Amino acid sequence: MRVRTRVTAAVAGLGALVALSGCGKADMSKQASPYANAAGAKTVTLSVQSWVGAQADVAVAEYLLKEELGYRVDKVQIDEIPAWDALSQGRVDAIMEDWGHPDQEQRYIKDKKTIVPGGGIGVTGHIGWYVPTYFAKKHPDVTDWKNLNKYAKDFRTPESGGKGQLMDGSPSYVTNDKALVENLDLDYKVVFAGSEAAQITQIEQFAKQQKPFLTYWYKPQWLFKKVPMTEVKLPAYKEGCDADPAKIKCAYPHTPLQKFLNADFAKNGGKAAEFLKRFKWSEADQNEVSLMIADQKMSPEDAAKKWIDANEAKWRGWVPK
Amino acid sequence: MATATASTPVRDTGIGALLRRRAVVKLLLLAVVAAVAVPILNAKWASGAWPEALTVDVSEPLTKASDWIIDNRDSHWLFTYFFGHISNAIVLSVRGVYLVLLAAGWAGVTVAAGAIAWRVAGLKLAALATAAFAACGLLGMWVPTMQTLALMVVAVLASVVLGMLLGLAAGLNDRIFRMMRPVLDTMQVLPAFAYLLPVVLVFGIGVPAAVLATVVYSAPPMARLTALGLRGADGGVMEAVASLGATARQRLLSARLPLARKELLLGLNQTIMMALSMAVIASVIGAGGLGDRVYQALSTVDVGQALAAGIPIVLLAVVLDRVTGAAGERLGAHAEDNSPLRGWRGWSIAAAVTLACALAARFADRLEWPTSWVVQIAEPVNTAKDWMVDHLYTGVPVVGGTADWAAHFTTYVLDPIRDGLQGLPWWSVLLIVAALAWVIGTWQTALTAVLAMAAIGVLDVWNASLDTLSQVLAGVAVTVVLGFAIGIAASRSKRLEALLRPVLDVFQTMPQFVYLIPVVALFGVGRAPAVAAAVVYALPAVIRITTQGLRQVSPAAMESAQSLGATSWQQLRQVQLPLARPALMLALNQGVVLVLAVVVIGGLVGGGGLGYDVLAGLARGDLATGLVGGIAIVCLGLMLDRVTQPTERRAKKGA
Repeated sequence: MRVRTRVTAAVAGLGALVALSGCGKADMSKQASPYANAAGAKTVTLSVQSWVGAQADVAVAEYLLKEELGYRVDKVQIDEIPAWDALSQGRVDAIMEDWGHPDQEQRYIKDKKTIVPGGGIGVTGHIGWYVPTYFAKKHPDVTDWKNLNKYAKDFRTPESGGKGQLMDGSPSYVTNDKALVENLDLDYKVVFAGSEAAQITQIEQFAKQQKPFLTYWYKPQWLFKKVPMTEVKLPAYKEGCDADPAKIKCAYPHTPLQKFLNADFAKNGGKAAEFLKRFKWSEADQNEVSLMIADQKMSPEDAAKKWIDANEAKWRGWVPK
Repeated sequence: MATATASTPVRDTGIGALLRRRAVVKLLLLAVVAAVAVPILNAKWASGAWPEALTVDVSEPLTKASDWIIDNRDSHWLFTYFFGHISNAIVLSVRGVYLVLLAAGWAGVTVAAGAIAWRVAGLKLAALATAAFAACGLLGMWVPTMQTLALMVVAVLASVVLGMLLGLAAGLNDRIFRMMRPVLDTMQVLPAFAYLLPVVLVFGIGVPAAVLATVVYSAPPMARLTALGLRGADGGVMEAVASLGATARQRLLSARLPLARKELLLGLNQTIMMALSMAVIASVIGAGGLGDRVYQALSTVDVGQALAAGIPIVLLAVVLDRVTGAAGERLGAHAEDNSPLRGWRGWSIAAAVTLACALAARFADRLEWPTSWVVQIAEPVNTAKDWMVDHLYTGVPVVGGTADWAAHFTTYVLDPIRDGLQGLPWWSVLLIVAALAWVIGTWQTALTAVLAMAAIGVLDVWNASLDTLSQVLAGVAVTVVLGFAIGIAASRSKRLEALLRPVLDVFQTMPQFVYLIPVVALFGVGRAPAVAAAVVYALPAVIRITTQGLRQVSPAAMESAQSLGATSWQQLRQVQLPLARPALMLALNQGVVLVLAVVVIGGLVGGGGLGYDVLAGLARGDLATGLVGGIAIVCLGLMLDRVTQPTERRAKKGA
C-alpha cells in the first residue's frame, strides 16, 4: 500500500514539475552559444569556413573588431549549409563569404526572415575544373571538355579504378561534379579527398612529381601561385542552366561572394554589425593574406596584423566612428 | 593431467567424431538451408551487390522530416513546449558552469582541481591535477579547456542522475532488469559516432545536441553498474536488516546503496571517461571547446594545432580517471582516516585555499591566463612534421617511408579485401555472417547478426558498409596478431608486464579522437591512417585481456604438461591457448568493437565508408544521408558484436 502512495506522489510531483517548466514557451531557435558574451564582454560570433580565403576574411575582421572596436570574437567552424541554420538561430552572427545557396536564401531570407544579406565581400568566386599548366602545355587540347575522355587514362589512380580521376575536395563544398560527369558522358570518377587541406596536399604531391591530374578547384585561390593550373572549358554557363541539379550540363557561374548577417544582429549589433556590413576588399588583398596563412604558415592573427599594418587606408573606412 | 587432455581439442577423425562436434552440425544445417534458398534468390534477384529491388528508399521521408523540423522549430508546440525547454535548460546550465569557471579564473580552477584531488585521492594526485591544469593554460588552451569542462560537468551530472534512476529501477525490479540489460549491453558496443545524428535532427547543431549525445552515450555504464551493485548485495546482510524491521526505504538507503558503493564509484569513473570521449567527438556537431580545436586543426592537416589541443584532452582524461579511480579504492579500503584533517576540516581548508587563490588572481587582475605564459608548440611541431614529410614519407632506404607503407597497405591489403567483399554475392555475405555467428555463439546471435546485415542492404548502403567492414577486418587482423603476440609475451614475463602496465593504463583512458592526430602526421590522409588509429586504440584492451586470460590458466594444468616433458612452445599451444580460449574470444570481440568505433571516426581523415557518409551528411545539412549512415553503423556494430560474441557474455571494458 505504502509503495503505491509513494509512486502516486512521485508521479504527481513529476507532473507538477513538467507543468511548471512547460508553462512558458521556449523558442529553441533563438539561442546563442552558451559561451558567447561571457564575463561581460561584447562578443561577435563568426562562422569560419574551412577554405583559406574565408579564414583570411575572418582573421582580418576579427583583428579589427578586437583592436579597433573592443569586441571579443568567437569563431565557430561550421560547414556551409549548417552555417545557415546556425545563423538563422543566432548561434552565429555572421557568415563572411558565401558561394551561393539559393535554397537556403529562399528559406531563411525570404520565408523566415531570420537572415539578412550583408553585401558583397568584394571578391568574385569561380569554380571550375583545372589541370596543371605543365600538362596543358604538352597537351593543349585537354583544356576542352570534349577531349577529356581521350586523356582519361592519364588521370587514372588506384582510387578511381579503371576511370580517370576527378578530384574533389570537401563534400560540403558547392559541387555539381557528379552530375556533370554523368551528363557529359565522361569516363571519369569523382573522388573526394575529404577536405581542402587533403586536396592541396595531393595537388602538391602530384606537382612535385610533375604528374597529370584533373581537379575541382576555384578562384581566388593562393595555390595558383605555387602550382599554376589551367581551366578546362566546360559548356558555357547560361542563366538558369543549373536550375535542376540532376540535369546540369554547363560550367559553374562567376559568383560575387556575399556576406550574410543574422537579422537580430544586423538590427541590434551596434558597431560590430555596421563594421561587418562595410567590410569589403579585393581579390588581391584576400590572396595576400591567404598566402601568408597557408603557404608561409603564419597564424591567421599574425597574417591579419601584417596586412592591417600595411593597408590602413583600405580598412579605415570600414570602422564606424 | 585429466584437465589437460580433456580440454585439448579432440583430435580423432572420422565421421562419427565430426558429427559429435556441434559446430559441424550447425554448418551442415546451414548448408542445407543455403542449398535450398540460394538458387531461388539467385534466380529472382541475381548475385553481386545487394539487389536494387530489395532496397527501401528512406532518404525521402527522412529529408521531409528534417525539413519539417527546421521549418517548425520556432512554432510547433512539440518544440516550444518540450524540446525548447530541454535545450534552454542545457544552454543555461552549461553557461552557468562556464561563467563560474571563468569567474574563478585560472588560479581558482587550478587550485580547486588540486584541492579536490587532494581530499579524495591524496597528495600525489593533487600535484598531478594541478600540473595538468597548468599545462592546459601553458599550451594556450585555457578557454577551450573550460568550455569542454563546463559541458562535461553538466553532461556527467545528468548522466549520473539518469543512470542512477535507471539503475535503481533495474536493481530493484527483476523484470525491468531483464528488459534493460540487453539494451544497455548493446548500447555499449555501438560506436559513439552513431549517436550524433538523431540529436542533431531534433536540436540542430550546437551545444544542446552535443550535451544530449554525451548523456545518452555515457549514462549506460552508470545504470548498468548501479543495477549490478544493488543486485549483488550480500543476502545475509539484507536478511539481517529486514529482520530488524527496516522499511523498504531504510533497507535501500542504509544497506543496499552503501553495499554497492564500489560499483557506484566504478560507474561514475566509467561515465566520466565516456563523457569526455564523447564531448570531444561531439565537436563535429558543435560542442565547441578542445574537441573543436582538434577538429578544425585536422581539417586543415595542422598537426601542431591539433596536438596543442589534444594534449589537454589527454591530461584531463588521465587526471579524471586517476582521481575517481583512487577515490574508489580509498572507499573500498575501509581504512580509518585518523589525520587531523579528516572530514569537514580538510574540505574547509581546501575551500579556503581555493577561494584565497581565486581572489588573489582577481585582484591582481590576472583572471585570464596571461598570454605571455603561453608556450607555442604548434610551430615547432609543424616544423618537425614537415621534416618528417620530407625525410620519412618516401624513399627511406631499405624500409621505405611511412607514406609508402600506407600506400602499400591500401593497395595490397585494404583494396583486395574491399573489392573481395564487394565482389561477393550478397547472399553469400549473409551466409558467412550466419555461419560465423552460429558457430561461435547461439542461433539468437546468428539471427540478430544476419538481420542487421540485411538491414544494411535494405537501407541501400551495402557498398559503403562493406568498405567500412573491409577496414575493420584489416584493422582487427593486425590488432589481434599484435595483441596476442604482445599478450603472450607479457603473460610469460613479469618484467614486460610491469613495463607495459602504465603505458596501457594511459592508452586506455585516452579519447578515441586523439588517436587521429599522430596517424595523420605519420601517414597523411586516407584509409590506411584510419585503420592505424583504430589498431592503436584497440590494442591495449586486447593485450590486457589476453595477458589476464593466459595468466588465469590453472597452474596445475601447466605443471602436469611440463611433467610430461612438453616444451615451452607445446605448453603454450596445447595447454595455455586452448584453456584461455574464452578470454581470447573476448579479446577478439573487444578488438572488433573498438576497431569499428575508430574506423568510423576515420571519416574525418579521409577514411571513407560509413563514417564519411555521416560526416558528409552533417556537412551538407543532408541529414537523411547522415542518418542512414548512422543506422548502418549501428547495424554493422551489432553484426560484428554478435558474430564474435561467445555464448557467454562477459563484462566490457568501459571507455
